[in-house]
Amino acid sequence: MTVTASDHTHAIPIDLHINNQPTRLEVEPWTSLLDALREQLHLTGTKKGCDHGQCGACTVLIDGTRINSCLALAVMQDGKAITTIEGLGTVETLHPMQAAFIEHDAFQCGYCTPGQICSAVGMIKEGHARTADEIRELMSGNLCRCGAYSNILAAIEQVMGANISSEKVAA
Amino acid sequence: MNRYTFTQAVDADGAVREKIGADVRFIAGGTNLIDLMKYNVERPDRVVDITKLPMRDIAEAPHGGLRLGALVTNAVCAYDTRIAERYPLLREAILSGASPQLRNAATTGGNLLQRTRCYYFYDVDTPCNKRQPGSGCPAIGGLNRIHAILGTSEHCIATNPSDMNVAMAALGATVNVRGTSGERAIPILDFHRLPDDKPEVDTNLRGDELITSVDLPDEAFATHYTYLKLRDRASYAFALVSVAAALRMEGGTIAEARIALGGVAHKPWRRPEVEALLKGAKPGLQTFSKVADALLEGSRPQSQNAYKIQLAHRAIIRALTQAADGTPQSVADKAIL
Amino acid sequence: MTHDSNVPYIGRATSRVDGPLKVTGGAKYAAEYAAPGLLHGYVVSGAIAKGRITSIDVSDAMTVPGVVDVLTHEHRARTAWLSYNYQDMIGPPGKPFRPLYDDKIQYSGQPVALVVAESFEASRAAAALVRVSYKSEEHITDLEAVKGQSYVPPKRRSGIAPPPKPRGDADDAFDAAPVKVKQQYRVPVEHHNPMEPFATTVVREQDGGLTIYDKTQGSQNNQAYICSIFGLSKDKVRVVNAFMGGGFGSGLRPAYQLYLAVLASQTLERSVRVALTRDQMFTFSYRPETIQTVSLGAEPSGKLTAIRHHAVAGTSHFEDHQEVVVNWSGLLYDCKNAKLTYELAKIDTHTPADMRAPGAVLGVFAIESAMDELAYEVGVDPVELRLLNYAEKDENDDKEFTSKALKACFKEGAERFGWSRRSPEPRSMRDGRELIGWGMATGVWEAQLMDTQARVTIHLDGTLEVASATSDIGTGTYTVMAMTGADMFGLPLEKVRVKLGDSSLPTAPVEGGSWAAASTCSAIKLACQALTKDLLEHARALADSPLKRARPEDVVARDGRLFLRDAPGTGVAIQDILRSAKLDELSAKGEAKPDSKVQKTHSSYTHSAIFCEVRVDEQLGVVRVARIVNAVAAGKIINPKTARSQILGGVVMALGSALEEETFSDHALGRFMNHNLAEYHMPVHADIKDIDVIFVDEQDELTNELGVKGLGEIGIVGTGAAIANAVFHATGARIRSLPITVDKLIDSPAFTAEP
Repeated sequence: MTVTASDHTHAIPIDLHINNQPTRLEVEPWTSLLDALREQLHLTGTKKGCDHGQCGACTVLIDGTRINSCLALAVMQDGKAITTIEGLGTVETLHPMQAAFIEHDAFQCGYCTPGQICSAVGMIKEGHARTADEIRELMSGNLCRCGAYSNILAAIEQVMGANISSEKVAA
Repeated sequence: MNRYTFTQAVDADGAVREKIGADVRFIAGGTNLIDLMKYNVERPDRVVDITKLPMRDIAEAPHGGLRLGALVTNAVCAYDTRIAERYPLLREAILSGASPQLRNAATTGGNLLQRTRCYYFYDVDTPCNKRQPGSGCPAIGGLNRIHAILGTSEHCIATNPSDMNVAMAALGATVNVRGTSGERAIPILDFHRLPDDKPEVDTNLRGDELITSVDLPDEAFATHYTYLKLRDRASYAFALVSVAAALRMEGGTIAEARIALGGVAHKPWRRPEVEALLKGAKPGLQTFSKVADALLEGSRPQSQNAYKIQLAHRAIIRALTQAADGTPQSVADKAIL
Repeated sequence: MTHDSNVPYIGRATSRVDGPLKVTGGAKYAAEYAAPGLLHGYVVSGAIAKGRITSIDVSDAMTVPGVVDVLTHEHRARTAWLSYNYQDMIGPPGKPFRPLYDDKIQYSGQPVALVVAESFEASRAAAALVRVSYKSEEHITDLEAVKGQSYVPPKRRSGIAPPPKPRGDADDAFDAAPVKVKQQYRVPVEHHNPMEPFATTVVREQDGGLTIYDKTQGSQNNQAYICSIFGLSKDKVRVVNAFMGGGFGSGLRPAYQLYLAVLASQTLERSVRVALTRDQMFTFSYRPETIQTVSLGAEPSGKLTAIRHHAVAGTSHFEDHQEVVVNWSGLLYDCKNAKLTYELAKIDTHTPADMRAPGAVLGVFAIESAMDELAYEVGVDPVELRLLNYAEKDENDDKEFTSKALKACFKEGAERFGWSRRSPEPRSMRDGRELIGWGMATGVWEAQLMDTQARVTIHLDGTLEVASATSDIGTGTYTVMAMTGADMFGLPLEKVRVKLGDSSLPTAPVEGGSWAAASTCSAIKLACQALTKDLLEHARALADSPLKRARPEDVVARDGRLFLRDAPGTGVAIQDILRSAKLDELSAKGEAKPDSKVQKTHSSYTHSAIFCEVRVDEQLGVVRVARIVNAVAAGKIINPKTARSQILGGVVMALGSALEEETFSDHALGRFMNHNLAEYHMPVHADIKDIDVIFVDEQDELTNELGVKGLGEIGIVGTGAAIANAVFHATGARIRSLPITVDKLIDSPAFTAEP
């Protein structure tokens, strides 16, 4: 027996957990998650570089997994937990990846940076990068026209090194 | 991007029924559909969210092999331990495509339906027979460096951009679909089609059908395989030419061979009768070269892509060498063995 | 961390002061400012290359809920009609493009309408429903087709040196030369593609003024542009560009969304934002295509006897965009006979624009490739050949150099790279199936100082504010400004606030040409000196002032005190000076200007030597850049940390230019076709391996106050040639047309046959 939800051509209410905050939004069916974040919630840390999944500037974590928020419809994220750059850390309490990016000068203009950082955090969680070449490959979805790649690699390696050693201590 | 009606399907039959009618699109990962909608290449009246359907499992297939639910994401598939152990060719092909973020969202079913990257197809201010039948093909005689050399027609010279599809073609996967009149299984080689005089139709999926799963056959070629992808930068680029090569070796002899090419045709290019030439042969340059010649027989260059014939020829030889040696191409290490 | 004010920041690796904002998403870019009732504008781009708009049907677009208006050339507020009013400080001679001005189509992708709606989504949906009809005219976008009609630009572009007068007789010398190299080199159209798309948010203030958050490299340039077109006074228009998501030259001139956003705001009397899409980023500025011929005549020893360098560059029909392409060939080498010529040819595109190291990337690629070819002709090591022809003075202008540590670049770069282990023959080094190639080249760029003003303000709470209308486009301007202010007043960085990116601040030029650090920091230094002097005036007025007899040159400011340099115990707290003068703060201005006396006798350039290792699959033609050493002589390095990043960035963009980047034009349609980041390939993480940056010691007392030369461009110059030269060394295939892609290698007869 067919059970389908009712048709929607107008704004639809959705519940999101954005940066650990329960958030209710009304979104039109064609609004991207990226535009909902930037325009409705004014969370402009997530950047629009190409709007087509070709640059990675809009990378956010959905339930811990990195995706391009420009190619995600907001209406399909009901009930999801979304972490943006604003949720990783603040100026006062930087996330280790944010601190490492500053230390290694892993950005210049700063526009791809939130996406790079979210992507790096997502990549470490995925657990498939062990070597420098693997980090390079698995960060290749994030373009940086300023060419900060070497420094981004160094920042990620530093954070991964710290993770590895702390895991060893814990074990 | 146009305004449309949005519906969420809660079961497959419902989804299939939703699809009856002109401009209805299923959406799951959305990585290609939303992209195309933003370019106004796709302008559906209705978009049906199928992500709540129970098609996310990887399970043993009824007749051996594995069954991938249509909603299994590319990342989940590639990093699944069963896939890694039994179908490393599929894993490597998926991991050489797109980006980690896209692979986290893109699904198996969606990837099968990924549309071409032809410049003209994507630009609604230019003619394109695939997008607007009868409007013409400016790629012929125009910018065609990335276009097809095999199976082209006078109407379209576009290529299928997927890496996953190439591996699935080599493995001989089966696409399970469900429509209003029931279920059917489509062999992967019959799933995609050549452009002929209907370039607007990419696949043999019928209007009312939903891809539910893909079956990977038991024979997995887990030892002698490679996915060799040649492109314009080291990562995050579509293939100019790619080769999925899989061999079953007995002693030092090839017992069975599969070769599928990407980036050269409107569909993953496989010629089983050519693969048969390798049966019983010993790996060797001359043999591989002959196979490459035969595979590329009938290739027709456009004004800018004759190089693909030579490149594909060399790539086939290298891929077969890698497969025979049991030294598959690494995705992360860009040196080609 | 405690700050030792005796150890200056300048010269010390210092993390960006704007870093915390950038890594937390707190840095706001042009499209990220909100305003009550903000409207969203979406540009409709034209479909044809040349002709007329015959009609624009907006009826369907207007039915989309939320759409407010559709602006077209037939429906918009009045603006200036003289093209003169549309000129900006950077633009070349000609008639600037005027968006939505009339029915004329001058290039494909030209904006033809602006849909304005209450939401971004509504504007986007409606834009697709605007139906534009055209009457096409014949167009030409292929430079090859018009290169025979090239011409010497009749009007010079301000700030761009034309080719120098010929010296000697290069034609005769070339004809007579025992060794000759004559080749054609080509660089295609490239697009800047900064990560942030161009955007403008126009906020209407209560007093009727406009605050314009704009993506630009020069707030005051765009302020003047808007005031001129819309007849507004400068006190009613404030342009803010506190952060810019990459420019690379694309934001030197006003981009068309600025005009459209202001137009919509003036038409509808609402706050408006217009952001371009990525494909629209391919519709206004690009690096021009060039066809260049270099002829080198030499003795068998390799000593140059003749240099000819001729370039034809594309430009639009409405402006003569000019760059310094060929002059470098006469500058880099000592040669009695040199003839350098530069011409333009018109095509039906938008006007090209400066793109990172404009001209130099093109011309130096050609001359440094030709020099490499000569090295093989005469059998001399490429470094030795360059030393043999080393220019000790600027023979183009017959001037001395303020400094030139290029020899140190060759030496230190070669040592770090291990150049001495190079086997000279092409195809003589390999690792398995990969051919290894080692190539090198020289880089050069102008060291300039531009008129720049700065204001510094010391506050009662001990903090210092440094301010200038310059921009930080990712180059690190915030940080070097803070470092300069901190050093001048002996303060920790935390006590220095930087203001930039605002047209209301003291006058500064556009951020480009590698002049920002030298110019702005010099201005700050002068402003700080003036402020110290003013503080001393007030200090001397104090009762029993210990500084009563001190002269400005005797005192220094440090740790919140003003004291005698030679007797640090003798001084006054700055707080006390301000208090007794009943001041909350005290400001002073400084203005840096080029030293015209020095300029009469001296030229100032940055130099570099780039060494590159590529690995090329011998059958498949896949090129990997394994490592690059870039040794740079750029005078004093203010901040080694951000300086290194600038060079890294230049090298990465050069790698793109050498191996990946090309904007493909369908000449039948007259349209760029790979207008996205999937098919316009710029480098990704996986392309970038080891890049080693060396700053050689170079003292320069003449170039400016600080001895600083600038770093924005030098990293990219010559690097493409080093890569191309390495590809030749690896493969024996000389690809003279960039980018060096697999198809060109495979098709090259010199490239290997099948196994």
